[in-house]
Amino acid sequence: MSNDFARVAEVSSRELGARVRLLQVLHIDLWLAVPLLMLCVGGLFVLYSASGQSDVILNAQMRNIVVAVMVLLITAQFRLETLRGVSPYIFALATLLLVAVAFFGVGAKGAQRWLSLGFIRFQPSEVMKVAMPLALAWWLSKKALPPDLRSLAVAFALVAVPSGLILQQPDLGTSLLVATSGLAAIYMAGIQWRYIFSMMALALVSIWPAWVFVLKDYQKQRVLTLFNPESDRLGAGWNIIQSKTAIGSGGWEGLGWTQGSQAQLDFLPEGHTDFIIAVLAEEFGFRGVLLLFLIYAVILGRGLLITWRAQSSFARMLGGALVATFFSGLVMNLGMVSGLLPIVGVPLPMVSYGGTAMASMMIALGMLMAISTERPVPRTMR
Amino acid sequence: MLAAVMVLVMMGLLYRYFSLQVIQNEEFRAQSDRNRIAVRTVAPTRGVIVDRSGNLLAVNQPSFTLAITPERAENLDIVLTTLSDLLGLTETDIELFTQARKRRRPLSPVPLKYRLTDEELAVIAVNKHVLSGVSVLSELTRHYPEGDLLGHALGYVGRIGIDDVDESEKEAYRGISHIGKVGLEAYYEDVLKGGLGLSRIETNARGVELDVIDRIEPVPGAELTLHLDIELQRVAAAAMGDMRGAVVALDPRTGGVLSAVSNPRYDPNKFVNGISFSDYAELRDSRDAPLLNRVIQGQYPPASTIKPMLGLAGLNRDLITIDTAIPDPGYYQLPGDPRRYRDWILRVRGTGHAQEMNLRDSIAQSCDVYFYELANRFGIDALAESLEEFGIGSLTGVDLPSEKRGILPSSEWKRRVIGSSWYGGETLIVGIGQGYMLATPLQLAVATTVLATRGTAFKPTFVAAVDGRSVEPEPLLNVSADTAYWDEVFAGMVDTVASVRGTAFGMRSGLTYSVAGKTGTAQVVGIAQDATYDEEALSEYQRNHGWFVAFAPVENPEIVLAVLTENSGGGSSAYPVARAVLDYWMRRDE
Repeated sequence: MSNDFARVAEVSSRELGARVRLLQVLHIDLWLAVPLLMLCVGGLFVLYSASGQSDVILNAQMRNIVVAVMVLLITAQFRLETLRGVSPYIFALATLLLVAVAFFGVGAKGAQRWLSLGFIRFQPSEVMKVAMPLALAWWLSKKALPPDLRSLAVAFALVAVPSGLILQQPDLGTSLLVATSGLAAIYMAGIQWRYIFSMMALALVSIWPAWVFVLKDYQKQRVLTLFNPESDRLGAGWNIIQSKTAIGSGGWEGLGWTQGSQAQLDFLPEGHTDFIIAVLAEEFGFRGVLLLFLIYAVILGRGLLITWRAQSSFARMLGGALVATFFSGLVMNLGMVSGLLPIVGVPLPMVSYGGTAMASMMIALGMLMAISTERPVPRTMR
Repeated sequence: MLAAVMVLVMMGLLYRYFSLQVIQNEEFRAQSDRNRIAVRTVAPTRGVIVDRSGNLLAVNQPSFTLAITPERAENLDIVLTTLSDLLGLTETDIELFTQARKRRRPLSPVPLKYRLTDEELAVIAVNKHVLSGVSVLSELTRHYPEGDLLGHALGYVGRIGIDDVDESEKEAYRGISHIGKVGLEAYYEDVLKGGLGLSRIETNARGVELDVIDRIEPVPGAELTLHLDIELQRVAAAAMGDMRGAVVALDPRTGGVLSAVSNPRYDPNKFVNGISFSDYAELRDSRDAPLLNRVIQGQYPPASTIKPMLGLAGLNRDLITIDTAIPDPGYYQLPGDPRRYRDWILRVRGTGHAQEMNLRDSIAQSCDVYFYELANRFGIDALAESLEEFGIGSLTGVDLPSEKRGILPSSEWKRRVIGSSWYGGETLIVGIGQGYMLATPLQLAVATTVLATRGTAFKPTFVAAVDGRSVEPEPLLNVSADTAYWDEVFAGMVDTVASVRGTAFGMRSGLTYSVAGKTGTAQVVGIAQDATYDEEALSEYQRNHGWFVAFAPVENPEIVLAVLTENSGGGSSAYPVARAVLDYWMRRDE
């Protein structure tokens, strides 16, 4: 809907300084960029401690950050119209890759999530994290808003197919994350409340068949373990017990950088990847956790603001879906490490070790920057 | 709406972290310390056992033990199979390992093979990378330098089995792998064991020890000093040669056991780290019963060795006098009973010892007729009472487990055990130490001590001192009699060795000290009324046992001895053993 772009932003460029104009030209949103850098830099300190002072992992993560920031900057340069144009193709490609994983994928630990192209191995589900918001925003913005039942049905199908493919890999965490971002886009499209409530009812009702037919044994075990970690102290309950112990022993002040016994003596599993917040909590205490929450709050708040200010329904839906992706990843990680949610294998955004997840999150934030810095179409061009 | 949901969820999560970190902080700090700090038990050193001169009899030797920590093995079955291939483990090893697993603390190593050789250590070191959870522990294991010489007395330690330690003691045995199973090792388990030490160690999640936080040192087990003299033991064992039987020597002044040999012997070292099933079966099933400690568990008819005691008791009870003379036609008949109770001399000479026999000569020549008459005068119950004063039929209370009490028959005993009433003829048989009566060599040594000391015997004990503190002798028996009575009985016992007609005259040659003794010949099979004992016709295991009890020097005894030789034919095979032992002891300072 190109006429959306004709809306005049209420930004008075005259009042902005030259530096802000430079940022505008580079499509950088300071309210996102600054907390993001704080996360990355602070995360490196935690990672160094969590990896047992490993220079190798530290260097690798620094490379990951450099690459991801470049990806972010590049993404931010795209015009929304361009993104919108390529959306269906990216989505189709991502879906195809997921199908390919189902047939040719390589796996580890009973899950088949990776696609190997010889020179590179990657998880197509990570691509879908970005493709899903794009596709939903593209589809819903083509139709009149609020969407009618038919386009809504298509939208749900667009959410369900990739989520289902990811779920059967199996990868419950990413599947939920992708589904959430799609549903957030539908919500942003202005869906009526009764639909939302009936969806929630349907979700509740489907828990039983999902438990019986869909969830793998190990996933069920994780859920059961959540409610009673002591039932299997050395098995599935180990992670939860150890991460809660690490978090809890940190206290207000923390035990000090590289001084956490849970993290340093290897009691905490996956300390440098999914469970890295437990290391932060143990060594920097609740103060550190509070600071981390504040940084994430700034990013999320800024993301929401950008979404609200978005000048097109495509941008608004895309923004909402991207914020939802970021948010649900964050909540799942914070929840599972502290023993509130099942362990679903979702990293802590920007802090956990790993290049792919960081890149996909940076692409999401890059698109948010693209939305926030999209300049109104000059009047002369109307 | 979306913003509100996000704020609520984030606040909820933040509260969760606040709750874990600030509210429940103490609880999780404690949990974290429990994770990090492992309390390890430090096994104490078992007390050593030395003889009276300080010669080492039971020591602790450093050795290497292969152990597995099952939690740390990636695949226990594969590790066990690999080790079996590398070291040739037996099924017994695996079985013992499986048992040991059941009673240990989680994350602690379970022993699999003891006393690794240098080659085995090398094989393990080379294959370390495929042996996850496998470790080599350096520890002290029990060793008995004298081997089979002291097997029965010392006993042995063995790996703790499921039934060895009851629930209340489990804590005291954490980290201790061996326990005294038999012999002194078992009897003195509590003092030998020592007290556990503890150390608190910081470990990582894989149990690798990083730092010792603090440590309570273990209390070593007490050192036991025995009365036993290892050289005397060696002499006694050599004198016994291949004969089955027992030698026990006591110091009459303390009850201390100077020597205790039980033949055949076994090597206790075999048991320390698990004897193989076939080796054990051989020991257990052998007809010669090498596992039996004959000194305290072998029960034999005491035969004529009780004659001096009965004589003394007869004098004491005025049943006889020193001068009482009893006609000896070579057999004895109860009034109105045609049955003839034969004297052993009848078979040898065809007549009695002499026309008439007094007590002194009857002891020296071991006259049966005299003691048939005396027994008849006693009656069974008074006879039993008298012998009970010498400890026959009672436990001596020696400091070894599983002592047997023998049998001191009485009319009450027969009613209770056999279920019939006593016959007068049975009294005569008991009067010469046969029939139902059974005694252990140690019991006879103690009874002989009562004679040697003129009335006082201390409880026989192996241990003279615990950690240098001497064990006080404990009075056990007390018999009083006129000096003249003691003198008369002693005279008979001295004549046994010194008189030409004495039954142990054969050991007299070259004696440089005075000896009082008494022979005994214990029948293994009953000889029918009219049959004669024909040694040739009897199989080896049916031949008579030989006894010899003695003390020396007569007027101030330093050693009391009981020797039993199984199926040797009679007392004449026992006194040469006694002579060798007495010679060594009486001349040891020369």
